[in-house]
Amino acid sequence: MSFEHLLQYVLSGITNGSIYAIVAIGFNIIYNTTGIINFAQGEFVMLGGMTAISLAAFMPLPLAILAAVVITSFAGALIDFLFIRRLKSPSVLNMIIVTVGLSIMIREIALHIWDEKVRSLPYFTGNEIASINLLGAYISPQVLWVLGVCSVIVVFLGLFFKFTLTGKSMRACASNMTAARLCGINTRNMVTISFMLSAAIGALAGCVISPITQTQYDCGTSLAIKGFTVAILGGLGNSTGAIIGGVIIGLLEAFSISVMPLAYKDAIAIAILLVILFVKPSGLLGAREAAELKEF
Amino acid sequence: MLLKKLFATVLCVSLLPLAFSCKKQSGETIKIGAIFAVTGPASFLGAPEAKTAQMMVDEINNSGGVNGKHLKLIIKDSAGNPEKAISFAKQLIEEEKVFAIIGPSTSGETMKIKTICEDGKTILISCAAAEVIVNPVARYVFKSPQKDSHAVQKIFEVMKKKGITRIGIVSSNDGFGIAGKEQLEKIAPAQGIQILISEVYDKKATDLTGVLTKLKAKNVQAVVNWSIVPAQSIVAKNMKQLNINAPLFQSHGFGNIKYVKEAGEAAEGIIFPCGRLLIAESLPANHPQKSLLMKYKKDYESKYGEDASTFGGHAYDAMLVLIEGIKKAGSDKEKVRDAIENLKGVAGTAGIFNFSPQDHNGLDINAFDVLTVKGGKFVKYE
Repeated sequence: MSFEHLLQYVLSGITNGSIYAIVAIGFNIIYNTTGIINFAQGEFVMLGGMTAISLAAFMPLPLAILAAVVITSFAGALIDFLFIRRLKSPSVLNMIIVTVGLSIMIREIALHIWDEKVRSLPYFTGNEIASINLLGAYISPQVLWVLGVCSVIVVFLGLFFKFTLTGKSMRACASNMTAARLCGINTRNMVTISFMLSAAIGALAGCVISPITQTQYDCGTSLAIKGFTVAILGGLGNSTGAIIGGVIIGLLEAFSISVMPLAYKDAIAIAILLVILFVKPSGLLGAREAAELKEF
Repeated sequence: MLLKKLFATVLCVSLLPLAFSCKKQSGETIKIGAIFAVTGPASFLGAPEAKTAQMMVDEINNSGGVNGKHLKLIIKDSAGNPEKAISFAKQLIEEEKVFAIIGPSTSGETMKIKTICEDGKTILISCAAAEVIVNPVARYVFKSPQKDSHAVQKIFEVMKKKGITRIGIVSSNDGFGIAGKEQLEKIAPAQGIQILISEVYDKKATDLTGVLTKLKAKNVQAVVNWSIVPAQSIVAKNMKQLNINAPLFQSHGFGNIKYVKEAGEAAEGIIFPCGRLLIAESLPANHPQKSLLMKYKKDYESKYGEDASTFGGHAYDAMLVLIEGIKKAGSDKEKVRDAIENLKGVAGTAGIFNFSPQDHNGLDINAFDVLTVKGGKFVKYE
């Protein structure tokens, strides 16, 4: 294999990996506050993309994306307010099943609001045929956008959870809901904020990946599955882990394509994921002590 | 108490004629079942098909029906799922006792319900493309889209003119992709075309740079993509990003202007075989399909406010063929089946149908024109 081709596979792996990672980060926020996996995360990604595409017809692209992020985060708040908050004594399993139901519902609603057609946002810079030459290999400028947005989100979240009162309160909720409540934290509101935040990040992800992956009412599911896998690999709750996990899965897939028929790429990636989890069950960057405290 | 009973009896008696009249009315309608993937991954096929079928039935009923009988269309949404298609086919045949079934939209679904329709002695006119649907011929099964093998031959004709002999193939892992891949691999040797690499991708694939890098490394002279899924636009975009300058050939599944819009600049120069619906305006006035194509396009676009696609056209042809059969043979299933089998020279959106007991598709290779994309529009490839 020549150097250019090798590099091209690496770039292709990074492209896919960054898409997985940006979805995985959304999983982590809700997990960090509530200890649940929100299976409707993929639908937030879809909602963000779809809303931005519809709005982009009336306003400039950055404004449309901003509006889509705000609208989707309110949808996240609404979901928490209407469903999660109403649960009398929410066990982790209860909440997870609610999110599975919600994901199906949001998909059907999206089908009615929009339709079954595929759409996409325009490329942020350049167009469909733009590509950047890196030492003989090529990458779409949009991939750089995805990577950039990914990094900004990770830095922002790191600072948010470490240094702000709200962020600290959210982490307290995750460690022990009852103790957090006894300390005077309004745990219900923290859950609402975590839904808003992860919906907003999902929506932003949906917008930046839309030019590459295209957006359709049911595109959330497959993104959520890969994102979930990556979140587990990186260590649930750890955003840096999500990026590392995403890039690893992406690279594994790309190199499996280079030596095997394409059809085996998921099998190879998942098989290696299993091996890693046997060795390190809490994920690459997940702390074992923290994982033991969680129900899930 | 007595009064109540009396009242009940009176009510029953008075409703009796109503019940009879209902029954009489249902004898005057012809029930047609339709199984389309209105939602789900193949919805870009099923949605225009369902809309087209409904539009035609409304139009026929408004103008007095077929042979004085009104049509009743029962549309079932299979979401492209073969299991759902099976249960809907059983339901339509056994419970609804439909006269005939139009659809399904995809080849995979059609193959699953083929024997159900054979056993139920119900005419099935599929809107899916794979050749296996009518080869070998099944007594009650017909299909309206053009054959894969003709599309492949058209592509290879163009390649030979351009001096292309070494190609790479990518195809989706659904019924359409698999059937097309088989045809490409079967016909290539006879045409002197060498397939250097043939890869299959997931129908929900969102990025194909990895596999296209593999094609690039083989130095293929042309890439053929065979699928009906949105990945058709992704392949085009990814090829441009990877700076692959070999021409991209697609199947007749590309005949939807939506995919051109999605691929934007990257769609320019894609070559694919297709029916004439997409270039109806530029056909000569005396072309036998011209007036029909223009009418369908105008009706569909004014009614639904979206571009007509060849897929909706497949449902149009399926209905057209069925109605021609009913017009000729009345409302006896067996006679209509025989009539369809002997239809000749029926102009549809996909081409001129000439059915025979050996050919339940009825279209020849001339049903295809080779098209390309220029300035974001479909034009005839010269």
